[in-house]
Amino acid sequence: MPRISGVDLPRNKRIEYALTYIFGIGLTSSQKILQKTGINPDTKSDNLTDAQVKKIRDLINDEYKVEGPLRTEVQMNIKRLVDIGSYRGLRHRRGLPCRGQNTRNNSRTRRGKRKASPSKKKS
Amino acid sequence: MGRSLKKGPYIDIKLLTRIEELNRTRKKKVVKTWARRSMIPPEFVGHTLAVHNGRKFLPVYITENMVGHKLGEFSLTRTFRSHSGKKSDRKSKIK
Repeated sequence: MPRISGVDLPRNKRIEYALTYIFGIGLTSSQKILQKTGINPDTKSDNLTDAQVKKIRDLINDEYKVEGPLRTEVQMNIKRLVDIGSYRGLRHRRGLPCRGQNTRNNSRTRRGKRKASPSKKKS
Repeated sequence: MGRSLKKGPYIDIKLLTRIEELNRTRKKKVVKTWARRSMIPPEFVGHTLAVHNGRKFLPVYITENMVGHKLGEFSLTRTFRSHSGKKSDRKSKIK
């Protein structure tokens, strides 16, 4: 099982999709990588030769920001918004959607699981 | 939807000329403005602008990180005090 930038690739998947298990590599960049290295995207990730794995690894190291560094970059971008006190930063701080979506309903991805609604006061 | 690159950034011209005047005379003065839609150019850095939020002017000190944002992003227009519920929650939610 090949390891690339700290992630184990799944064994029995085509390399095209196996690469997308790396944070920061989606299907598009995965296909580009395989095109550049000239590897058949249909190969199962187990059947890659060491040379091919090395090729992929080098290419990702040189041209892509993945995993840890990418995560920190995203965090820094958010931190910047929070620090300058912008509206988007405030929304991040509150854990609410920050691109103008409605929050009357839904937006559950951002707000998390539903909390029990507060019991209504008896009048 | 972003703004077309062809047009370049929108910066309120009146505001820009006033700030440039301040820059030339090396003065620092709080400038009141309604131009919430104006982009913040690098010239504004270090100034304090009073940006209208519909009710009053909120002072915004422009730092380098804010360049490229719009003035309105820093002057909130809504007051949300939280929904009814526990009193203890209410205080903590205000900003």
